[in-house]
Formats: sequence, structure tokens, C-alpha cells
Amino acid sequence: MTVEQQLDSLELMVNVGPQHPATHGVFRMVLWIDGERIVDVEPHIGYLHRGTEKICENEQYSQIITLFDRLDYIANFNNEWVVCMAAEKLMSTEVPDRAQYIRTILCELNRIASHLLFYGTFALDAGAMSPVMYAFRERERIQQIFEATSGARLMHNYFRIGGVKEDVPADFVQRITAALDPIKATIEEADRLVTFNEVFLARSRDVGTIDGKTAVALGFTGPNMRASGVDFDVRRAAPYAIYDRFDFNVPLGDRGDCWDRFWVRIREMEESVKIVEQALKQMQEGPIMAPTRRISRPPKGEVYVHAENPRGDFGVYLVSNGGDRPYRLKIRPPSFCNLMSLKHMMRDAYVADAIMILGSIDIVLGEVDR
Amino acid sequence: MVAELCVIATKLVVLVTSLTLVVLSMVWIERKFLARLQERLGPTVVGPFGLLQPVADALKLLVKEDLIPALSDKLLFWLAPIVVFVPSYLVWVTIPFARTTAVRNLETGLFYITAFSVLSIVGLVMAGWGSANKYAILGGLRSAAQLISYEIPIIMVVIAVVMLPQSMNLVTIVQDQRTIPYAALQPLGLMVFLIAGVAEVGRTPFDIYVAESEVMGGPFIEYSGAHWAVFFLAEYVNTFTIAVMVALLFLGGWSFPFMPDVAWLSFLWVALKAYLVFLVILWFRGTFPRLRIDQLMSFAWKVMIPLSFVNLVTTGVYLFYGWPKWTLTLMSLAVTVAVIYIIYRRMTWSARVTAEERLARARAYKRVEATDVR
Repeated sequence: MTVEQQLDSLELMVNVGPQHPATHGVFRMVLWIDGERIVDVEPHIGYLHRGTEKICENEQYSQIITLFDRLDYIANFNNEWVVCMAAEKLMSTEVPDRAQYIRTILCELNRIASHLLFYGTFALDAGAMSPVMYAFRERERIQQIFEATSGARLMHNYFRIGGVKEDVPADFVQRITAALDPIKATIEEADRLVTFNEVFLARSRDVGTIDGKTAVALGFTGPNMRASGVDFDVRRAAPYAIYDRFDFNVPLGDRGDCWDRFWVRIREMEESVKIVEQALKQMQEGPIMAPTRRISRPPKGEVYVHAENPRGDFGVYLVSNGGDRPYRLKIRPPSFCNLMSLKHMMRDAYVADAIMILGSIDIVLGEVDR
Repeated sequence: MVAELCVIATKLVVLVTSLTLVVLSMVWIERKFLARLQERLGPTVVGPFGLLQPVADALKLLVKEDLIPALSDKLLFWLAPIVVFVPSYLVWVTIPFARTTAVRNLETGLFYITAFSVLSIVGLVMAGWGSANKYAILGGLRSAAQLISYEIPIIMVVIAVVMLPQSMNLVTIVQDQRTIPYAALQPLGLMVFLIAGVAEVGRTPFDIYVAESEVMGGPFIEYSGAHWAVFFLAEYVNTFTIAVMVALLFLGGWSFPFMPDVAWLSFLWVALKAYLVFLVILWFRGTFPRLRIDQLMSFAWKVMIPLSFVNLVTTGVYLFYGWPKWTLTLMSLAVTVAVIYIIYRRMTWSARVTAEERLARARAYKRVEATDVR
């Protein structure tokens, strides 16, 4: 027997969450650690389960939209859009151009807001406390635009099946143009302050590495998957709505480590700014709502619609039996699927890495638990 | 005999009181300065400019319930704050603020300070173990590893400083810097001492044993009320000690060109220099993320300790051959610049190159038309 075997040493079980400050919501993971190394990890989800899919079956289509606000509560517009698109596709509704542009602009702004939040909280996970303030400062500009447009800061409930609730305020374009410049400046600041910081690089480079093949196999989508070098962005691979009218790049990582995931998101903010600028130029006056009935009754059938949300590929599978409520509605939440690779990435990582890895996946528990 | 004891007792009371006042001022400066770095206002409500906020904080801590976890090792839990607190104040016995002002100016002052500053590790480990909390144990063990590792470069740099005036007496060391501060002679020593000092007091980027996002306060997680306040006090006094040591050992202490050697001016200069160093430490805190424990250790053993030896050897060579002073400056500066450049080149520069390559690849993407992937 070796000395190690003779010594009665145990792995330490550490419970991280649901009240731990670094779990980004009510997520709980149980870590088995050997010194500072992680031996095993067991995620526990479900603290925020509200049965959204089942509730959807009992609500009219127009009432469902607000439930989608509560899934990924950092990117509400993007969620609303997907469920609207699903119903529209089933009813073959042609959404007016102006409504499409308003939706695109709001969703891309929401993507920026979401990635800004990621930038702040990930830096906080890494131990830098200032970036979160700068991120929130810029996010506030976007939130004010949202508030002026939809009347709400968080649960907008602004998209309707066939268009949007009401036209945007008169100074919509000026507001956004005024907000974009400081946002661009903050993205540059993020590069100087965090992205290329030596300590941050030491902390995030080659941490939580996942190669493209495994990433796809484990259900990674969105920026996480692109950080592993898989070139798939729904906006470009299968353009929905009006995304084929914009010129934007899809930044790709290659190592699939935490730094790549961070870098891809920072670059995506730049691309979103580009899309918003183009959309503002192209937007014309016009109707904002397709001529639809007050109560939507999609014909019998089923449809699957997916879109590129800030967190990944958000899908809605909608089955209608011709009534005013869905027969079945299945949500494919990107955060939930991205979480599947947690165990894979945390193998042999350090305790401090566990926080970084979880932060780099950028989960929103409202979406994971539904 | 009695008169002498009375003098010493008075000096000690003055010392403890003024140190506590210094801590209060540091808390205010930290909150204000950090807030301004982060585009916040900081405390504004209690007193003018929120000046009384630290007092309010201290009062709150004192009236708060002092919880002791049921499963904790009560003796260790009670003793730990004291074991951390006492050495942090004890080192101040020999730290001079002017040529004639110290509670007891020891001939081996620096030795005394380094010896006592190591003691607080024991308290942190005791707190970690006594709390009967897994996070606290992790934090306590981390603190032991971290503080012991960074003690070595500090001692090495202190030895190199002692070699210059051939004395361990802090007054002699400062008096020797009347013409030229040691920061100009040993920039490498200053860098190593400051970094190791920041690590020694567990501040960002080395706040690994208290890391809020990982071990949530580490050894202090179970402490509340007065016990926690004592830890807090010790932590700030330690930080101030490091700041003052940098001021005394490298920035010339109370000496300043063309200034008369007056006691109150000396106080002012030392305080000014120490607070400037403290602001630099706060600047680190507002800028840097946190290192990981293994990186911290390898940084200590592979970078800091070799560098402190290089500092020692260059100083020795300079003294042995009796070269002019600028040779030591040159050698020290060259090593400092080389190290910073190597770190920059290996980390930031290579990452920037990678990022540029990737962006070029993303821009070169050509859309494949005509196939309907929908």
C-alpha cells in the first residue's frame, strides 16, 4: 500500500449554489474536490421551474408572448420573436417590412445588452469588479430605448403575431444613433481593460476547453459553439426574417476555451452594432402590423422555428389543432442545452475555473428551468 | 523605571489610536476612490462627503450579533481574529514616522517586522479550520500557501535593501536615502516588493483566499460583528504597513530634496508617500481580475523568487566591485523592463495576434448562394 492509500483521505463535497453569488441565479452544482482540483460535478436545476410549456397550452396565442419574456429574461425581445415567427409561419402571415426592421433592431440591441451583461458578470467571476459597472452603464442606454419603445424595462411584451404592438417613438432613430457611439467606445474599452489583460488571459486561456466536435455532440449552440470553431450562425446559415439583407461577419474562435467564448461575444457586439446601423438606414415608413384577426387561430399543423438568440439556437416547436391555443408547444432553450457540457468542461479543472466555466457558458436560469 | 513605562504606554496608546484612525481614513479613501474609478459616487450621506461612513460602519459592526457557528471549534474561532490582529499592530512598534519618532527604534527593526508579519498566517488558518465551513477551509489553506510563498521574495528584497546601508535599522535606511531613494537604485526590488506585498495582504489581483466569487470570503465567511471587525482592522493595518514599508524602504521615507528635517514635515511626507502607494494598490483593485491559486504559486516560485535573487545578486555585484550608483540602476531597470516585456509578449501580444488573424478570417467569408438551406 502506498502512503496515499494508507492515509484516509476523502474528496471534499462542496455545494455551490443556489445562493452562491457566482451561479448567476438559482443554479446549484455539487463539486467533489480533491484539494483545489475538481473530481466530479453534479448540476442541479429546476429551482425556477414554472411549467411554461404546459401553461402555453392553456393560453391564447397573444397571451403566450408574455410568457416568453420570462424565459431568457436578459434577451426578452429575441424570445418573443421566435414564438411570433412560429405562429406567423403556421398562418402564412406576411409581416410588414417596417415591423421586421423594428424587430431586428430591437433584437440586435437586446443581443448587445445581453452580451454587455455577460461581459460585466464574467469579469466579476474572474475577480475584476469594475467592468460590471461600465457594462451596466451602457446597458442602461439600451434599456431606456426599450422602455421608450415598449413601455417596460424588462418584460416588454411588445411583439405581436403579425407585427409589433405600436409604432416606435418619433426619436427612435436618434436615440439609437446617440447610444451606439458610447457602446462602441465601451467595447474598445473592454478590449483594453479585460480581453487582453495578462491576468485575465492567464485565467481564461485553455480553461474549460471543448473542441468543435464534442461541442456539437453535447448540444452547444450560439457563441459557445462558435468559440469552438464551428461556423454556424442561424442568422447567416438559414437567414430568417430579413437577416439576408445585412452584411455582417461571424467571428469564430478555435480553441473553445473560456477566453474564446468571451472574445466571440465581445466581437458579436460589434457585429450587432453594424446590423443595427444598417437596419436604421434601410428602415422605411409603413404599416407595423399585418392584417390579422384579433384572436389568432393557426390552421392545423406543426412547425419548428429557430433563431439565433444571444445564448444560442432558440427553437420553438408548435403543434396546432386549429384552435386559439397551441395543442403542444416545445421550447428548445439554448442555455439548457449548453449546460449539458458542464461536466465535460469541468473535468480536472480547478475550483476557481469552475466559476469561470459556468460564467463563460452564460446561462440564464429562467430559460434553463422554464 | 515607572516613568519610562508610562512613556511607552502613552506611545502605544497614541499608536493604536492613530492606526485605527488611519484605518478609518483608508476605508473612506478606498470606497471613494474605487467608486470614482467605477463611475459611482461612493458614500455621500453620512457626514460631509460621506466622511463619517467608516465610523457608521464600525458602529454597525460593533452592535451586530456576534454569531458563532454551532459546529465550530470555539477556541480557535475566538482566538483567530486576535492572532491575526496582534502581530499586525506589533510591527508598528518599530516603524518610524520621523527620524526620532518610533515607539522603540530597534537596531534589527526590519528583521523584527518581517518576523512578526509572518505570524498572521497562523490566525488565518485557525479561522479557516475553526469555522467548520468548507469554503473557510479552502480559503484558510489557500492563505497559508499564498502567504508563505510570498514571504520569501519579500525577505529577499528586504535583504537586498539592507545591503545598501549595511543596517537593519529603519532610521538608518531612510537617512541613507537622503540623496537618492532606493527606488531609483533598485526598481526591480520596488516592483517585487510591491507585488509581493499586495499578495501578502491578499488584495486584488491576489485576493485568492477571500475570493468572493469562489470561496465567498474564505476564512472570514462565518465571522460577523466585532470578530469580523477585528479581521477587517488587521487587514487594513497590514495594507498600510506594506504601503509605509514601500515608502520607507524605497521612496525615501521622510527625506525629500531641499526639505528641512522637521518632525511634522516628516510625518506629512511619509503619510503622503504611503497613501500614494495605497492608491496604487486600490488602482490594481479597480483594474485587475484575480489570479488562480496555481498561477499565483507558480508566479511566486518561478517569477518573484528568481527575480528577488537577481535583485540580491545585482546589489551584491554592485557593492563588491564598488561600481558607481547608476550601474545598479541600469542593471535593475534592464531586468524589470525585460520581465515586463516577456510577460506582455507571451500574453497580451500573442492574444492580439490571434484575434487579428481570426477577424481577418471572418471578414474573408464568402456567402454560398443558390442553395436553399431552409
